[in-house]
Amino acid sequence: MRISFHLRQHGWAYVFIAPALVFYSVFVLGPLAKTVQISFYEWDGITAATAVGLDNYVRAVSDVQIIESLGHSLVFFFFYALLPIVIGLLFTGVFARTQIRGLTFFRAILFLPQILSTVVVAVAWRWIYDLDGPLNALLELVGLGDYSRAWLGDFSTALPSVGLIGTWVMYGLCMVLFIAGIQKIPREIYEAARMDGAGMFREFMTVTLPGIRGEIMFAMIFTVTVALRNFDIVWNTTSGGPGDSTKVPSIFIYQAAFITRDIGLSAAIGVLLTLLILSVTGIIIATMRERD
Amino acid sequence: MIEHPREKWLAYGILIVGTVVALYPFLSILSLALSEPGERPSGFTIPTALNFDNFVTAWTDGHFATALTSSAIVCIAVVVGTIVLAIPASYALANARGPVLTLIGVVMLLGLVMPYEAMIVPLYNMFKDWNLLNTWVALILPQIGLSLSLSILWLRSAFSSTPPSLAEAASIDGATRMRTMVSIILPITMPAVMTLATLLFLFTWNEFLLALVLIPDNANTQTAPLALSFFAGNRRTNDPAVMAAAAVLVALPVLVADLFFQRKFVSGMMSGGVKE
Repeated sequence: MRISFHLRQHGWAYVFIAPALVFYSVFVLGPLAKTVQISFYEWDGITAATAVGLDNYVRAVSDVQIIESLGHSLVFFFFYALLPIVIGLLFTGVFARTQIRGLTFFRAILFLPQILSTVVVAVAWRWIYDLDGPLNALLELVGLGDYSRAWLGDFSTALPSVGLIGTWVMYGLCMVLFIAGIQKIPREIYEAARMDGAGMFREFMTVTLPGIRGEIMFAMIFTVTVALRNFDIVWNTTSGGPGDSTKVPSIFIYQAAFITRDIGLSAAIGVLLTLLILSVTGIIIATMRERD
Repeated sequence: MIEHPREKWLAYGILIVGTVVALYPFLSILSLALSEPGERPSGFTIPTALNFDNFVTAWTDGHFATALTSSAIVCIAVVVGTIVLAIPASYALANARGPVLTLIGVVMLLGLVMPYEAMIVPLYNMFKDWNLLNTWVALILPQIGLSLSLSILWLRSAFSSTPPSLAEAASIDGATRMRTMVSIILPITMPAVMTLATLLFLFTWNEFLLALVLIPDNANTQTAPLALSFFAGNRRTNDPAVMAAAAVLVALPVLVADLFFQRKFVSGMMSGGVKE
């Protein structure tokens, strides 16, 4: 009785949703479920798969290389998420106190790294880090020529060099987000804080930071997700090398799936990466959400 | 508000440094691309004459005419397909209530943080079974599916903010749901739809992993970023200036779109996430 009433009232909605839901099920939910299923099998993609229970997961979490690649992800977390957000916040303190003209212009350019294809970004930075590239030319110019090297080909510098590309991609987004957030904070609150004698630091902690909480949360979710995945830029700059020094889990997923043909393992790492991203996103939302 | 001139200069100083840093990598490959073929500029020299030979080499050797066409076709299909599916779904979620609908709404948002990495193997196998690997279709269908999450989040909030009285008036006049949606609600939410379209264009144009997996070996259907990746990875064409020219070619359509839709890109990307 109640169901039929609901359907008479809202039945049209199911018809409207159906096409999108079918598409989403076939091309997103279906593959996801299939990945979970494959992760319990040992499979080379050609011969019949054998069920191995949790074996792929055990291999994934006990493989030294994969653990190390998670360590690289942690480094990327610093360069892709932490550093850009801190840079953005530092400068935001300054912007809180002035009105900026021509913000649309600055915004467009600061956003450029976000808009460019990751492959283009990778090609550009490969040149910057090249043995004959601008970075080494700059070092030569200021008399530090001894430090010049092929930055992406050197075991000690490859990881931070790739990381800095991420900082470059993300800092503009964070700056633009935070500046936009600040402009929504009513001026009177700043006036009041200053009347109470708040200095730049107190003002930042009590007015600016709480005022742009939503923007910070969005920046964290976005940058952390990209940092944990980070396939495109690593693949197109170092492919994980030299050695395994810049390998991240998503490189393992691709290589296990299409090169070493250890498809069950690839699926298991995929499931673990998804769980990691979902839980980190969940933690960010839970801790950053307004508590009132 | 009292403004201290020193703070103002500091703010502009930071912004200018920020923009120079943001621009530099692109400008450096642009100047490299415009240099004489074979000449290796040291990185800081500004080219004295504009030389387009590197572009010509990249264009012909890298098959970028085909690649850019492929990208355009895939982008148009994904943007149109996603929007056509997302509009009615979002309209329903914005106007009807019920536990099942709420659940559907939540499940459809999952795609926002879902890594493609966790789907590539089944997608590859599926399109292999359907004999559709190396075709545009293989790239278009999953990207429509994956774009639905953002699109529904986006359009649902746009539809929710339209005044309910409009739809009520239309239904009193005897308009069907479909008719109300198409001729009353859609026209007033067109700006939101267009912003979404530009965002989807941007994401689709730049997608790399899916293209790498689903179009592994057919130069005729490769998208521009994939063609660039293969071109730049090929040791035989390892002339940095030609590579730089190729990168500029791939970036160009997005830069042009950025010039035209700049406000939409930026405000779109920001408000979308913050609204949740």
